[in-house]
Amino acid sequence: MSTTAIVLPARTNTLGILLTEIRFEFLRALRTRAFSLSVIGFPVMFYTLFGLVMNHDAVSHGIIIGKYMLGGYAVFGLVGASLFGIGVGLANELSAGWLELKRASPMPPLAYLLAKCVSAMAFGVLIVSILCLLGVLFDHVPLTFAEYGKMIALTVVGAIPFACMGLVLALLVPANSAPGIANMIYLPMSFLSGLWIPIFMLPKALRSIAPLLPTYHLWQLMLSIFNYQDTSASTLGHWFGLAVFTVVMLAVASFAFRRREQAS
Amino acid sequence: MPPTAVETQSNQTFTAGATAPIATLEHITKRYSNGVVALDDLSLTLRPGEIIALLGPNGAGKSTAVKLMMGLSSATSGSVRVFGADPRNTATRLRTGVMLQVGRAPEMLRVREHITIFRGYYPSPMPYAQLIQAAGLEGIEERFFGQLSGGQKQRVLFALALAGDPDLLFLDEPTVGLDIESRRTMWAQIRSLAARGKTVLLTTHYLEEADALAHRIIVINKGRVICEGTPAEVKSLGATAANPTATNGVAGTASRSLKIIRCATVLPPSTLNGIPGVTSIEVAGTLTTITSTQPEATLREMLALDPTLHSLQVNSPALEDAFLSLTRD
Repeated sequence: MSTTAIVLPARTNTLGILLTEIRFEFLRALRTRAFSLSVIGFPVMFYTLFGLVMNHDAVSHGIIIGKYMLGGYAVFGLVGASLFGIGVGLANELSAGWLELKRASPMPPLAYLLAKCVSAMAFGVLIVSILCLLGVLFDHVPLTFAEYGKMIALTVVGAIPFACMGLVLALLVPANSAPGIANMIYLPMSFLSGLWIPIFMLPKALRSIAPLLPTYHLWQLMLSIFNYQDTSASTLGHWFGLAVFTVVMLAVASFAFRRREQAS
Repeated sequence: MPPTAVETQSNQTFTAGATAPIATLEHITKRYSNGVVALDDLSLTLRPGEIIALLGPNGAGKSTAVKLMMGLSSATSGSVRVFGADPRNTATRLRTGVMLQVGRAPEMLRVREHITIFRGYYPSPMPYAQLIQAAGLEGIEERFFGQLSGGQKQRVLFALALAGDPDLLFLDEPTVGLDIESRRTMWAQIRSLAARGKTVLLTTHYLEEADALAHRIIVINKGRVICEGTPAEVKSLGATAANPTATNGVAGTASRSLKIIRCATVLPPSTLNGIPGVTSIEVAGTLTTITSTQPEATLREMLALDPTLHSLQVNSPALEDAFLSLTRD
C-alpha cells in the first residue's frame, strides 16, 4: 500500500465546498445568457409594458395598479428563476453525465442541490430588486424599505416550492424537451394565477382554477405585503397551500429519483 | 467460454496474499430493473501500482463494472470493496479519482474554475500548478469549457480525476478524441502514476492503448470475465481461441511462438497443410496467410519448396485478433 494511506484524512470542509458550489453555480447561470437574459428579461419587459407603460400612475379603488402589478411580476420572475434554473439546468447536467461525475467525487450531494437552489434564490432577489427599482423610479410606486425587505424574504422562501418543482421536472423530463415543457407549465400557470392580468379580469370559468395553483398562493402572499390581497381567504391558507405543494413535489421527486437509481 | 488458466493463476496469487487488493468485485451479479443481466457472477481484483485495462465489446458490462466500483450503482448480489470499504463512503471517494465519458461539463465555467471546484473537495489536493502540467492544460486555463476542443475537454476531465491526488483512478475511455501527441503524453502520465504506487483501471476501445499501457488486461463479454493476463498472455490465448488445434489444452506453450505468415506463394494449401507447425491457411487472391506455431521451421520448408516465394511478412498476432476471437459468439 502506498504511503499516502498512512496520512489521516483531514476533515473535509463541507461549508467551504458548499460556498464554492454556490458561487460558481451563480456565476455559471449568469454567464449562460440563454438563461440569464430570458429569466431576468421577461419579467422586466412584461412589467415595463403592462405595469409602467399601460397603467402609468393609475389608481383604481384605492389600489395603485403599478404596485399591484409589481407583486404579480415579482412572483412571475422568481418562479421563472427557480423553474428554469433548477429544472432545465439540472436536466441538462443529468443527461450530459456531469451529475454522475459529481456524484463519484467526494462532494456532498446536498451541496450540489443547495447550490442550485441558492443560485435560483439569488436570481429571484435580483429580478425582484430590478422590478422594485423600475416601479419606484418610473411609476412613482410608493414602496417602503420594510415592504421591500418583506418582498425579498418572501422571494427567498417562495423559491423553495418551485425549486422542488424544478427538481421534479429535471428528473422526469428529458433534457432536450425540458425548456419547452417548463414553458408549457410556467406560462399558463402564471396567466391562470393572475400574475399577468388581475384575476378578476379573467373569464369566470378560469377564475376557479387559480386557488389550485401554487403561484396563486405565493402571489396572494406577495400582495398581502401591500395589503392588496383577496380578503376572502386567509394568509395562513396560502402558506398551507404552498407547504402542501412543496411536500407533494418532494415526494414525487424522491419517487422519480429512486426509480432512476433502480434503473442505473 | 470458460474462464482460462491465467485467471485461476492470478486468483492464487491473490489468496496467497502477496499484496492486499485495492479494490475487489466478488461474485457480482447485476440485473437491471428491465431484466437485463449486465454482470453475471463477475469477480475481479485490482492490486496496488497496477494499470489494468478492462476490454470488451459494447454492452459487455465494462461500464457497469466500473460504475459499481465508483459507487454509482449497486449490485443485485455479490460484494464490492474499495480500500476495504464501501465505495460510496466519503473516505473511499477521497482516495478515488474518476474520469467518465461526460457529454458536456458546464460550459460557462473556465478551466481554472472547474479545477478549483474539484480541488476543493479534497483535504490535500494535488498542487494546482502540478495538476495543470500533468494534464497539459498550460495556456488554456482561462478558457471556458465550452470553447475547448474535444481533446482539450478530455484533458480537463483527466485533470479533475487527478485533482485529489488519488490512490485509485478510474479512467473511462481516457484518450478518446486526443491527437497522437496528447495521447502519448497522457499515457506517460498514467505510467508515472502507476510508478508512484497508484492503481489505474481504464476501459478503452483502443486495443493499442491497452497493449501499450496495461500491466494486466481483463477481457469481459456478456457480463463475465473471459480471460485475464498480461497483454502477451491475452494475445496468445486469443490465438489459441482462434486456432483450437494449435494447442492440446496447454495454453501459452506452443501458442506463445505463434506467428502469422503472409506471402505470395505457388504452393497449394494441400502442400502447406503438410508443413510442420501450420495451423491454418487462408488464400486471398495472390496472397496466402498462414498461421504457424513453429514459424522458423515452417518458413524454412516453404522457402525450400518454393523458390519464387515473395512479398513475405511475418507478424505476431495482434491484440485486436485476440480480442476478436475471444469475444466471438
